Amino acid sequence: MNERITWREQLAGMAFAAPYLIGVAAFLVYPLAMSLYYSFCNYSMLQPAIWIGWTNYRHLLTDHAFHTALWNTIIYAAISVPFTLTLSLLLALLLNQPMRSAGVYRTIVFMPSLVPLVASALIWQWLFNADKGLINAVLRPVLHVLGREILSPLARALDAGHGTVASLRHIEPPVWLGDPHWAMAAIIFISFWGVGQTVVIFLAGLQDVPRELHEAAEMDGAGAIHRFFNITLPMLSPVIFFNLIMGIIGSWQIFDVPYVMTGGGPGRSTLFYSMYIFEAAFNQLRMGPACAMAWIQLLIILFLTVLAFASARKWVYYA
Amino acid sequence: MNRKQRLLTHLLLLLAAAAYVAPLLWMIDTSLKREVQAVQIPPVLIPHPLRWQNYGHVLQDPQFDFSLFARNTLIIASLSSLGAMLSSSLVAYSLAKIRWRGRGLVFGIVLASMMIPFPVFMVPLYRIFRELGWIGTNLPLWVPAFFGIPFFIFLLRQFYLTIPRELSEAAVMDGCSHFGIWWRIMLPLTRPALLVVGLFSFMSAWNNFLGPLVYLTHQSSFTLSVALQVYQSRSGGTSYNLLMAASLLIIAPVLVLFFLAQKTFIRGIATTGLK
Repeated sequence: MNERITWREQLAGMAFAAPYLIGVAAFLVYPLAMSLYYSFCNYSMLQPAIWIGWTNYRHLLTDHAFHTALWNTIIYAAISVPFTLTLSLLLALLLNQPMRSAGVYRTIVFMPSLVPLVASALIWQWLFNADKGLINAVLRPVLHVLGREILSPLARALDAGHGTVASLRHIEPPVWLGDPHWAMAAIIFISFWGVGQTVVIFLAGLQDVPRELHEAAEMDGAGAIHRFFNITLPMLSPVIFFNLIMGIIGSWQIFDVPYVMTGGGPGRSTLFYSMYIFEAAFNQLRMGPACAMAWIQLLIILFLTVLAFASARKWVYYA
Repeated sequence: MNRKQRLLTHLLLLLAAAAYVAPLLWMIDTSLKREVQAVQIPPVLIPHPLRWQNYGHVLQDPQFDFSLFARNTLIIASLSSLGAMLSSSLVAYSLAKIRWRGRGLVFGIVLASMMIPFPVFMVPLYRIFRELGWIGTNLPLWVPAFFGIPFFIFLLRQFYLTIPRELSEAAVMDGCSHFGIWWRIMLPLTRPALLVVGLFSFMSAWNNFLGPLVYLTHQSSFTLSVALQVYQSRSGGTSYNLLMAASLLIIAPVLVLFFLAQKTFIRGIATTGLK
């Protein structure tokens, strides 16, 4: 490794990397520095920026919309990331079973992840439509039967109040995007539809688990569940870790689906972090607060990533 | 697996596949219905009569110039994928095959920059592009691709590292320059990887929404994603049968591309997760 680097090699290396070196300066370091600077400024893009110190950051402490956006994003990330990871792993395990039709199934599960998010948002907006949507068209009769035939008699048998018994006879499906809690649930649900790429990465990981390990364990009398937790899961942990990091980074930047599907509503129930930054910057021309929020977002993602890396030493196993 | 387990696996797969394909099928289904039939309760499963005219309606809507938006998107997507392939492979070659001081640092920056969320750059980039007079043009959406995309640099570097050193050393002995090695050895040997980069960057440009939303100001320069959102939210609203037809028109090219290059695609994604 201690060979001398000739100046020709040095020049060639830099010349080949030149596009990126220029790109780093123009599209990475400079914008990064400027957005940090603007975060301490009053700036509308129409007039020169004026330094105002920590004011933007201080105002965020009392900005209710910001707190809502932050909280919504935390909820979304905290639920969506672990559930999509688990779901993709389960799907990958199923798709990894040796069978002739596996290719077709893989294609079907993968396809939705190719759909442009704006189109996804529209498809699901239509599916979740409270009156005419397919989801409620299926749910409504099911809930009616469930309420009339099971829940309501059950409530009567348990001597519940007359009101409870009567209300259980007519259970209506949620209005989804018209209800603050269900709107959030719907957006989390949509994230399950786009797991195709994560599934494919898990599949590749599964195919790299040495078969001999499984065979040896089977000889020793280890059952399928035992083998999953003691062989598959540890061997797969680097891939799980990779998908976890990508999941964290992606979920904190969710924008397209809620922007198109709900516009942040009803109320601010689906207002997410990146949406509020966009609104502050380009609808209200408050570039200072927008940059301050963007930097906080960067620090949060950085913190979570560092946390993940620190925890990795405990559970990620590199063969 | 015994028979019972096989049956159970098949059943679960069938259920999963049904859940994943249903939204797409329902989109196609709705796109072929009359407006009255699309909102009928209980829902009609098979559209009758089949309203192929819905597609004609979308394509000829005077307020939704599909062919213009498609052309805009195609130009941006093609230029970004060309830029990404060219620049990323050059940079990746430098990081994988040329020994020079500082390349470790540059590779570190490549990795770290993948973590930075776009909103951090949004405002300063907008200002830079405004001063260049690029706002309202498609330049902000493809020019940066010519300066190397970190994710693709990383991907190609991993591929280049697998090419044995002897190969390029022999070429150097024969008087081949680095440019010659890159062009005559690396690019042909790693064509599948380069194709992955081209495909991915094409698709991400095709799907990009926030970028065009920020930088494109005139309707005449809109991409399909942004135009679709405008189509949906225009005054009076658009009925769902037409909206689904428009959505399918935007999804179709991506799906066709996927089916044409399915193997490359899957292999490309699979390699991203490994190291």
